[in-house]
Amino acid sequence: MKNLIEVQNIKKNYGKKEAVKGISFNVEEDEILGLLGPNGSGKTTTIGMLLGLLKPTSGQIFINNLKLEENRIQILEIINFISPYIELPKKLTVKQNLYVYSKLYKVQNIKERIEYLSEKLRIGELLNSITGELSSGQKNRVSLAKALVNEPKVLLLDEPTASLDPEVGDFVRTFLEDYKKEKKISILLASHNMNEVTRLCKSVLMMKNGEIIDQGKPEDLIAKHGRTNLEEVFLKLSRSKSEFN
Amino acid sequence: MSLTRIYGLFLRHFYLITRSFPRILDLIYWPSIQITLWGFISNFFATHTTYYNNAVGVILTCAILYDFLFRTSIGFNMLFLEEIWSRNFTNLFIAPMRIAEILTSLVITALIRSLIGLVPAILLTSPLFGISILDLGIFLFILFLSLYIFGITLGILVSSGLLRFGPSFENIAWSTMFLLAPFGCIYYPIETLPEIFQKIAYVLPLVYIFEEARNILINQTVNIESVYYALMWNAFYFSLSIVLFYYSFNAAKNKGTLINMGE
Repeated sequence: MKNLIEVQNIKKNYGKKEAVKGISFNVEEDEILGLLGPNGSGKTTTIGMLLGLLKPTSGQIFINNLKLEENRIQILEIINFISPYIELPKKLTVKQNLYVYSKLYKVQNIKERIEYLSEKLRIGELLNSITGELSSGQKNRVSLAKALVNEPKVLLLDEPTASLDPEVGDFVRTFLEDYKKEKKISILLASHNMNEVTRLCKSVLMMKNGEIIDQGKPEDLIAKHGRTNLEEVFLKLSRSKSEFN
Repeated sequence: MSLTRIYGLFLRHFYLITRSFPRILDLIYWPSIQITLWGFISNFFATHTTYYNNAVGVILTCAILYDFLFRTSIGFNMLFLEEIWSRNFTNLFIAPMRIAEILTSLVITALIRSLIGLVPAILLTSPLFGISILDLGIFLFILFLSLYIFGITLGILVSSGLLRFGPSFENIAWSTMFLLAPFGCIYYPIETLPEIFQKIAYVLPLVYIFEEARNILINQTVNIESVYYALMWNAFYFSLSIVLFYYSFNAAKNKGTLINMGE
C-alpha cells in the first residue's frame, strides 16, 4: 500500500526547547493513524509541520511522494485539516463559506460539490444560516464539509469530535469511516477520546515530551501493556517517566 | 498566480461587507464626517488667512487625500485582523494560496473598501462647500495612486508585524497613521516642521504628495519633480514591505505564530 504521508526524523526546536525530538512515521493510503499523547507532547506541533505552518528544525516530510519544503502549494491542494480551535468566518453563511473555500481550492463543479457534502453531512438546511449562529455540532459538520471541499487525499483531524454530544460524535465517526473507505484517503487523527481512536484507527502513535514512546495496533498495545483498553494504556504511558523516556 | 484564488479571497471580504448594513455605513460615515468637519474649518481659514486665499478647497482637498490614505491603510489591516478575530487565520494559510495571491486579493479589496467610503465623501463636498477635488485634474489620479500605494505599503508592514508577533501587534496597526501624519505635512507646508523633522519628512512620499496637491491648487502649476519623488519613495517602501512580509511569513513558520493565531 502506498504511503501518502512519510515523516522522516523531524525535529522542532523553539529556542532551546525541543518540542519534537526526531520522530518518523508513515500513513498509508486508506489508513487512519491515531496520534495520541498528553497535552504538550508535540501532537499539534507535528500537525503544524505537516500542514506547512511550521518549519521543522530538521528532517523531511513527504506527502503523496512530494517533498513538503519544495512543493507546499501542490501539497496543500490535496490536504485539509479541521480543529475545534479554528473556525470559519462567523458572519458569512455556510454556503458562502463553502463557496469561498471552493474557490481557494480551485474546486471544479462547486455547486455539485457543495450539494454532495451537504447531503452527506446533513447540512443542507443550514446552507443559508449564519455560520456563527450554529450549534457546536452543526459548526463541526460545516467545518468537516470545508475540510472535504477539495476532496483531500490526506486529512488531518485534531480533536474532531471534541465538545460534541454522543449522537453527533457517532455520526461524525461513522461518516469518517465510510468516507475513508470510499475515497481511500489517509487520515491522521489526534484525539483524547480513546474509544474513538480504538474504533477508527488501524494503528496509533503514542507521543510524550516530543517523542514517539510506543506505537502499534490498538489491540496489540492493549495486550502488550497488559491493560483492558486503550485509555488504560494511555494513562500508563503518560504517567510513567523512566520506562519509555 | 491564480485569479480564481484571488477572487475567492476577495469574495470572503465582499460577502462580509455586503451582509452587514452597519459595516457599509461605518465605511461611509467616518470619511463623510471628516470631510464635513474639515470643510467648515477650510471655509473659516479661507476667509481669515492670506495663505489659503487663492484656493478655498486646499485643506478640504488635503483632508480627502489624507482620509483616502488612512482608509486604505486601515482597510488593509482590517482585512488581516478580520481573519485573526474570526479564528480563520489557520484555514487561510493552509489553503493552497501563494503569498502573492493573498496580497493581491487584499490590495484589491482594500481599494474597494476605501472607495466605498471616499466616493460619498467627495460627492458631499460639491453641494456643501462648492468645491470639487476634480480641480486637481489628471494629477489627481497620480496623487491618489501614490497615496494608495503608500497606504497599502503601511498595511503590508503592519500585517508583517501581525504575522511575526501575533495579535499583540494589533495596537500598532491602529497607531501607524497617527505616527506618520505629522511628517506628512498634510495641512501645512514642510517649512513648518523643525529641521530634523523635515529630514525625516523628505524620505517619506507623503510630503511630496501633499505639497504637490497644495501647489496645484494654490499656484495652478505642476512640479513634476515632486510627483517623481513621491513615486520613487513609494516604489522603495512598497518593495521593502513585500520583502518584509515574506521574511515575517518565514519567521512565523519558525516561531509557530501561524498555528496559534487568534484572539
